[in-house]
Amino acid sequence: MAKFKKKGEGGTPGISTASLPDIIFMLLFFFMVTTVMRETTLKVEVRTPMATEVAKLERKSLVSYIYIGKPIKNLQGIFGTEPRIQLNDAFATLQQLPDFVETERNSRNEAERPLLTFSLKVDKETKMGIVTDVKQELRKVQALKINYSTKKTDKLF
Amino acid sequence: MARKKRTPPEINAGSMADIAFLLLIFFLVTTTMDVDTGLQRMLPPPLPPDMPKPPEIKQRNVFVVLVNANNQLLVEGDWLDIRNLRKKAKEFIANPLDKADLPEKEMKEVPFFGMYPVSKQVISLQNDRGTSYETYIRVQNELAAAYNELRNELALSKFGKSYDDLVRLGDKEKTDAIKAIYPQRISEAEPKNIGG
Repeated sequence: MAKFKKKGEGGTPGISTASLPDIIFMLLFFFMVTTVMRETTLKVEVRTPMATEVAKLERKSLVSYIYIGKPIKNLQGIFGTEPRIQLNDAFATLQQLPDFVETERNSRNEAERPLLTFSLKVDKETKMGIVTDVKQELRKVQALKINYSTKKTDKLF
Repeated sequence: MARKKRTPPEINAGSMADIAFLLLIFFLVTTTMDVDTGLQRMLPPPLPPDMPKPPEIKQRNVFVVLVNANNQLLVEGDWLDIRNLRKKAKEFIANPLDKADLPEKEMKEVPFFGMYPVSKQVISLQNDRGTSYETYIRVQNELAAAYNELRNELALSKFGKSYDDLVRLGDKEKTDAIKAIYPQRISEAEPKNIGG
């Protein structure tokens, strides 16, 4: 079998690493494109409850978040442990909610405004009182599309 | 000046991979791949103050779920464990045996199904201000699950595919037909403080 004659003097040939930068760049671009920087620093503890019948939130740009939970450990000295609302980067009161809705609406273009969803990220130990108040405020300003943020699980019981 | 023509010196690209690695690791660390999931709901529009009284709904057509501050459920006047809520809700929504205390049915023209008895069910959910959010979500989830299971069963028997699959395939006509038979009607009462 002359065709399959052994070449060289044995030993393993070195693998060419010339294409390594290309591979790394490919990965790099992938992560650069998919990465979403966390815009808000959470000031409240939010552990969302579990649910089985969840749907994915499409179009992240059309979602605004409202966080409700008790303040994180470092802030409990100042703000206590009562659940609070956080909008963007700061604690907020119920009265600030309509303004928040208005600014969120204005930052989207005209056609997308009706599709704007408000996602409620609420800690599971929160009482419904504050959540109901938020829902009532949202109704008043006609922000009716909401989403209760939950984690997906296969079995609840 | 007789100078030799020089070729510009090659830039050493050997460290390129290292630079790329550095960036890659930065993005790997900062990236959050979490897809936000949740239960989507539409809030009812605010009530005008001079609203006429809504038409009375017959008692048998309403499935009343009350949740108190101790996270206990009162369903149709009886204490119920949350584990049994799904089964009970399914029985109520579909009313397969046409019981007199479960919702009435109305013959309606539905595409693919022809004339089909559609139940006039409404689920009314009311919670206390002291109810925990976790319980509230669990109740919402069980009620949504009841609807989804019924829709799946119906779709499977009629089209040989589950409702979820139909949604995934984007078969709008069929999913609309199924939705017409089992419309999700969960109404939340205006909040009031029941106490307890």
